Amino acid sequence: MTAYEPVIGIEVHVELSTDSKMFCGCAVTFGEQPNTSICPVCLGLPGALPVPNRKAIEWITEIGLALDCEVSERSVFHRKNYFYADLPKNYQISQYDIPVCHDGHLDVTVDGFTRRIGIERAHMEEDTGKSTHLGDGGRIHSAQSTLLDFNRSGVPLVEIVSKPDIQSAAEARAYAHELRALVAELGVSDARLEEGSIRFDANVSVRPEGNDELGTKIEIKNMNSFRSLERAIDFEIRRQIQVLEAGGELLQETRHWDEGTDVTHSMRTKEGSSDYRYFTEPDLAPMVMDRAWVDEIAARIPELPAQRRARYIAAGLDASLAGVLSDSEPLLRSVFDEALAAGASPKGAANWLTGEVTAHMRRNEDSELSLTGAQLAELIALVEEGTVSSSAAKEVLEGVLTGEGDPAAVAESRDLIQISDTSALEAVVDEVLADNPDAVQSYAAGEKKAVGFLVGQVMTKTQGKADPRIVNALLGARLDR
Amino acid sequence: MPVDIDIAHVARLARLDLTEDELEAYKSQLSVILDHAARVQSLEGDPHVESAHPLGLVNVYREDEVRPSLDREEVLAQAPESVDGFFVAPPALDNP
Amino acid sequence: MSFLTDLNIVEAGELLRSGEVTAVGLLEAVFDRAHKTEAQLHAFLTLDYGGARAAAEAADDHLAAGIDQGPLQGIPVALKDNMCTRGVETTAASQILAGYQPPYDATVVTRLRDAGAVIVGKTNLDEFAMGSSTENSGYGTSFNPWDISRVPGGSSGGSAAAVAIGSAFTALGSDTGGSIRQPASLSGIVGLKPTYGTVSRYGLIAFASSLDQIGPLSKTVTDAALTLETIWGHDPLDATSYAGPYPDPASGLDLGVSGMKVGVVTELSGEGYEPEVEAAVARMIDQLAKAGAEIVELSLPTFEIALSAYYLIAPAECSANLARFDGIRYGHRAEGATTEALMARTRAEGFGPEVTRRILLGTYALSAGYYDAFYGQAQRVRAAIQEDFARAYESVDVLVSPTSPTVAFKAGDRVDDPLAMYLSDICTIPSNLSGHPAMSVPIGVDAQGLPIGFQVMAPALGESTMFRVAAEVERLAAFAAKPQLAEVVS
Repeated sequence: MTAYEPVIGIEVHVELSTDSKMFCGCAVTFGEQPNTSICPVCLGLPGALPVPNRKAIEWITEIGLALDCEVSERSVFHRKNYFYADLPKNYQISQYDIPVCHDGHLDVTVDGFTRRIGIERAHMEEDTGKSTHLGDGGRIHSAQSTLLDFNRSGVPLVEIVSKPDIQSAAEARAYAHELRALVAELGVSDARLEEGSIRFDANVSVRPEGNDELGTKIEIKNMNSFRSLERAIDFEIRRQIQVLEAGGELLQETRHWDEGTDVTHSMRTKEGSSDYRYFTEPDLAPMVMDRAWVDEIAARIPELPAQRRARYIAAGLDASLAGVLSDSEPLLRSVFDEALAAGASPKGAANWLTGEVTAHMRRNEDSELSLTGAQLAELIALVEEGTVSSSAAKEVLEGVLTGEGDPAAVAESRDLIQISDTSALEAVVDEVLADNPDAVQSYAAGEKKAVGFLVGQVMTKTQGKADPRIVNALLGARLDR
Repeated sequence: MPVDIDIAHVARLARLDLTEDELEAYKSQLSVILDHAARVQSLEGDPHVESAHPLGLVNVYREDEVRPSLDREEVLAQAPESVDGFFVAPPALDNP
Repeated sequence: MSFLTDLNIVEAGELLRSGEVTAVGLLEAVFDRAHKTEAQLHAFLTLDYGGARAAAEAADDHLAAGIDQGPLQGIPVALKDNMCTRGVETTAASQILAGYQPPYDATVVTRLRDAGAVIVGKTNLDEFAMGSSTENSGYGTSFNPWDISRVPGGSSGGSAAAVAIGSAFTALGSDTGGSIRQPASLSGIVGLKPTYGTVSRYGLIAFASSLDQIGPLSKTVTDAALTLETIWGHDPLDATSYAGPYPDPASGLDLGVSGMKVGVVTELSGEGYEPEVEAAVARMIDQLAKAGAEIVELSLPTFEIALSAYYLIAPAECSANLARFDGIRYGHRAEGATTEALMARTRAEGFGPEVTRRILLGTYALSAGYYDAFYGQAQRVRAAIQEDFARAYESVDVLVSPTSPTVAFKAGDRVDDPLAMYLSDICTIPSNLSGHPAMSVPIGVDAQGLPIGFQVMAPALGESTMFRVAAEVERLAAFAAKPQLAEVVS
């Protein structure tokens, strides 16, 4: 039996969240009434002409730089010619052989192993309108008619193409996830899969392990979540191997992932492959990205997810916690940075923020946060000093989050301050030992668990405020005498 | 010199539903014109020409500002078929 | 009444400002002229009396209030029907746009309106500006006022005929391979293509994006300068629009040609050129020499393959520009069970043979496997032509030639021979490929009484130089003949 290895490339389309469209001043909107954000340009009326959005060019450059790409010193637009009802000019203004950015990379971690995935290019183009197919459940092949809405036509679109470096479905998912996080961090797109502001297509082929030659490349579309991306690629790899092992041949085609039945379907192939007849767009001027402009754009790039995770790990967090914190709300992350500055332990701060604080926000469906880094640092210190027990600290946090005041004040007012006075506790411990001779006997007889009961008794007598660490130490000392 | 033109394929690419007779006629006309046009091959030169603009314009952009859109009614009045604010077309045979 | 329609813009402007005529009066004269000549000429596809009347009244109001909007205020103007006019049918002379009313004005239209011009209607053209005779119009051809059995030239034939006969004082056309200059030459008027990028193409129904330019067809060189100055200038809606500074063509019209160097292009003569055309051009060159110009003979060898390059570049760009006509959002729609079938049937029904021919040619030239040999190579030739021009302008100020190798030919003579039709543009095409300005000035008629045009070409943004020479040519030619068309009340 031949062992096969998958070869995977991912193509991403990112809708930029500029105010206006790529080639005209119509607003970039979402969910508006159909055909309300249109003009001669994005509708493809006779006589219309495109003029590129400067901000879109800056943003694609930013994306490329964040992916360590080369920025083409001189790049041009091309016309990609094909007929489709949602493409008003029946050509798309795109880029062909000189994209704005090329030859970059993105590091992706799966199960603790980090690999570098090459990025072929990032180029600028315009989005198409939207077709809704009426009749027979919205499936293209049995529709009665097509309804067309051109609000989306002309929205700036960045296409990012990876090199075929991805080696598993899990890695593909991680790549997609990381790329989405990067784009969102730059603030250039809403990057929401479910809204379509970021879209992923996969190119999957298999070959015998160790072979250099690439197998038949098959494109997979319609994966609308990270989970379906992984599952679709997994399925497709297995399908391709099955076909080859049965002695069959694979067709170069486009397949559609069906979430309901968990399979990829062949989309009806057109006669022959597409001839897009690319030629340089005569209505647009070449783009010259000089050093000064590129440097200006580079200076705007914020801390990227990978850099942030590395910083957290350097501060002492393990990879998993660093990842969770890095993916969390920007609000939480800035509290984390504040807390570190106030001297809090990184692990403690991270655990509180990704745990109790996140849970609180979810429970209360709150996007606001009444917690400063200084307060968090204070809370952590209170626990470390033993002033508040770790379970009582949760209550203190609740009080801080609901605006009752700073942690020390909340602990005070809610009477959560632990009793740490050893001599006071000694008295209580002695009382409990005197009151519970059977337990003492059990312990002496070898039932070490009996100490738990005794600790419980001390806690009850002190209304839960005794520092359990001190209680344990005192009991231990007496029992083991 | 003249290449054999797959005129049916070209007509399909260009979405022109022509009859057999028309295709034949256009094919021979195109042959004659291309014969003449092929004279361009007599010139030796640099492969990549980027822009023919005589004034060498580069970096022409607009700022990211929203401008008023067209009135939908005025636009749809020109549409052969529309309903509920949408343009209406028959179903597509293929995906692009 | 015909006295008024014989005036030029400067003369009419004087009368308007002295109060001897009103804009409405000019309009009435022009419409009267149109009604008496249209049956024979078919220069117009649409005459918009209502819109024109409102504009004329507004111009009169402004004049009365002492508001001077410029030289085109109150002047009746015609527009080639490939320029979008909001709410007024715009067809590009194609059946595929029958009944189409654009929801916006072309930039040049806005500028004319702002200048107080009175737009009388939309003129006939070869369908989508593809042709040299106007016979390719989807609505029937136009005819030459000098001989109505002949063509007025194309593709801006309707505009040329209208100005020649006086149904408009000035008109706009578009020039992609000579479509303003050649009809101006065949119809005995002035026509020019400005430097590429100086007149906005926003709202011009595109034929070949890197070649199309809008320009004036006028009765005199001065009128052409005034019209050009009204419509040109930077437009942020056109990314190929030049930001400036712009030359001042009207300023040098009286300077004469003394001390100037005039280049004669040797390639633009010989076989295919009518002897009377060549003789008239040679006579004018002699007159220029006597007026103080130094005449230099020059060879621009790439001109030999300019036509070939043009007939690859223009169709390639047009095949993409005309893809939007698919029956989905506007225009004619045919029957079709699927989008693909509907589009293909719509386009086959809506486009005429010349347009179909060029779309097929362009699609082929761009298609896989043929791009390099055809379109790619044509762009290289274009670059070489630009170099030839640059070299020439190191030693001369302007280049001259006939505008067209022949005078107006008979309708029907060339329709069955596309290549013969294409050869009409052999003198005009090089300056479209280079993007340089060029203009045609009428210098006389041949033995049959048919007009001959003289072409002046200048470097990019050299309009001042070009107009200076053209004005001298106009003076020397003293061309006063008018077409003798018996008016027929229609």
